[in-house]
Amino acid sequence: MTNQDEHKEGIGGMINPRRYGIERVAYLLMRLSGLGLLAYFIGHIYETSSILKGQVGWNEFLAITQTNEGHAILAIVIAMCVFHTVNGIRVMLGHGGVGVGKPARPDYPYIPASQNIRHKMGIYSAIILAAIAMMYGLAVMFGE
Amino acid sequence: MAQAPSLAEKNTMKKITLRIARFNPTNDDAKKFMEFNVSYEKWTTVLEAILDVKQHFDHSIAVRYSCRQATCGSCGMIINGKPRLACFTKISELNSNVVTVEPMNNFPIIRDLAVKFERLFDTHHKVKPYLIREDTEISSSTKEFLQTPEELEQYIQFSNCIKCGLCNSACPTMATDSSFVGPQALAQAYRYVADSRDKGKDERLKIIDDSHGIWRCHFAGSCSQVCPKGVDPAMGIQLLRGYMLGFRS
Repeated sequence: MTNQDEHKEGIGGMINPRRYGIERVAYLLMRLSGLGLLAYFIGHIYETSSILKGQVGWNEFLAITQTNEGHAILAIVIAMCVFHTVNGIRVMLGHGGVGVGKPARPDYPYIPASQNIRHKMGIYSAIILAAIAMMYGLAVMFGE
Repeated sequence: MAQAPSLAEKNTMKKITLRIARFNPTNDDAKKFMEFNVSYEKWTTVLEAILDVKQHFDHSIAVRYSCRQATCGSCGMIINGKPRLACFTKISELNSNVVTVEPMNNFPIIRDLAVKFERLFDTHHKVKPYLIREDTEISSSTKEFLQTPEELEQYIQFSNCIKCGLCNSACPTMATDSSFVGPQALAQAYRYVADSRDKGKDERLKIIDDSHGIWRCHFAGSCSQVCPKGVDPAMGIQLLRGYMLGFRS
């Protein structure tokens, strides 16, 4: 059965952050930051391997990271790293059943206990800390 | 006998445009939308509007429904972009002049708004949604299995599931993974694992301990946001994972 036969939403539906609140935004950012950090990690291995070309090759490659574009990319990496770490801790705790509320008889209007203020605060904290870290990184790199 | 005026004919009522997705997998390549002007009252549900269109404009629209009171779980559909029960959604609550109804995502379409539920029932059955133990309370030699109110509280919320499939439709993992067991079945696995009368915990945990099982849930929580019965599948799944990770016993 193809995706169309199954009427799957596909990747477009998976990454759509508009319908289900801040939790789905965090879900998207977690995936984007994870992929971004993986790309950075691969790039970092490639960069450090340039030392095999000797000091000249190493210095040439390092010079690329000292450009405005290089600084901007590093600032984004800092933000991704901080968001992925803080939100990752929230998700890991949630995965263990920590902070997701206790089962109870539901009352209308059925506000889900697992989508509680602690988790929302965790998401907002991850976003704010990532923004602060990125701004600090930009200030350090462009302030020289 | 005088016939009652349709919702479309009552001039004093407010009006909306109801956009209904039409799709027949045997004939059509893509979904298309038909638009109808429908009048509504404060209490008119989306299902009533669809049935009004069926009665007065186009009787060929396929829609599944039964109880009209959010009990049978038949009329799940995408209403203005989100999975909801049509009988449990009032038009006035949507705050929109255009109401778009589409078949639920992640379910194969039978026709128009009706989708196939076979896979949902298969995965539901897969997690053994019944008490597993050697003895039975039916035989005369045994007593009724007693529970304290606290033990009942552990799972009663999850026994409210009406198998409407809205959670599976909202789940981002279901959107891409055809083999994922889904939030409905996982929440039901928790419902029986948490039941003090049940002895099948290890058996169930083994079933869901799979690459397309519980580990594919990433706690996006969309399933809980759309549940019309307050089941909160996301909570059940995380508590269930707590058993697997050793946080709970």
